[in-house]
Amino acid sequence: MIELYVLLAVMLVAALVAIHIKDLLAAAVALGIVGFSVAIMFILLQAPDLAIVQIVIETLTVVLFAAVILRTTNTDTTINDGVKRELVFPTVAYVTFGVVFLILAGRALTELPSFGDPTMLVAKEYIALGLEKTGAANVVATIILDFRGYDTLGEATVLFTAVVGVLTIMRRAGRKEQDGEGRD
Amino acid sequence: MRGMSSIVQQIARLLAGVLFLFGTYIVLHGHLTPGGGFAGGVLIAASFILVSLAFGSVEQTERNLYTLSSVVESVGGVLFVGLALAAYVGGTFFFQNASIYGVGSPLHLISGGIILPANIAIGIKVGAGLFAIFLALGASRFVMKD
Repeated sequence: MIELYVLLAVMLVAALVAIHIKDLLAAAVALGIVGFSVAIMFILLQAPDLAIVQIVIETLTVVLFAAVILRTTNTDTTINDGVKRELVFPTVAYVTFGVVFLILAGRALTELPSFGDPTMLVAKEYIALGLEKTGAANVVATIILDFRGYDTLGEATVLFTAVVGVLTIMRRAGRKEQDGEGRD
Repeated sequence: MRGMSSIVQQIARLLAGVLFLFGTYIVLHGHLTPGGGFAGGVLIAASFILVSLAFGSVEQTERNLYTLSSVVESVGGVLFVGLALAAYVGGTFFFQNASIYGVGSPLHLISGGIILPANIAIGIKVGAGLFAIFLALGASRFVMKD
């Protein structure tokens, strides 16, 4: 358990660095540290499925960020040193809300079952009958593609929508540019 | 898009095939070991992205690949929905598993009924979709740079 807390501390520090550092490449690296810490955490919690996806996605994300930063600019111009007067009230409001929310959440979370001791009602059936009913040895695959196939269909639809959205936006921009240059 | 240095190109030459093979393995063994269509599909897309980042490409090829990958992505989606609908042929309800495919013998590659073909469909869909997104972003940069 202690290694999880160490990882959490590392992630918090890296996330703060990613927000506050002026060098954008360093910020992307700090973001990568957060992501890979999540991957290590998944391995420690014995979820290799998620760890694989997390490692691959994180690598792709950092590569994309690095590619964009190397081709554009390296400094974050939106970060200002010093305190701005108009930001004082929002900051105080955020902190106050955060403290209130933490207190309420702390009270609510004590009612939940403790870590590593979940209340399993449906999941018990899935784990016990997964191999017998579907013949697949990986219980995660059993759940996402058989017992909960609808969820996966929805997930696939979300991905499809995302791809269609990105393609629509980017294709339009490309065409306009092309027309402006007088190409066919 | 221009290519990168020859060091990157050599490493990409060595790595891309292995990456593609590993992605395919993760898709095909999704019902036996950790992984599945999503993870394997991302790995397959990563192998294509690696090649096109390292070696660069000409604009026309990029446009053709972009159309091709968005078509393949849709084919993967249709395949997945088709698998779910195929249960109606067997006379049962949407997404029913073992009615027409048969469960197969557990712990073998051909097992798990609908799960293996569904993983393959998702792998195709995710791989082609991510590569299409990458090409859309990369191609737009190409156009903007001119």
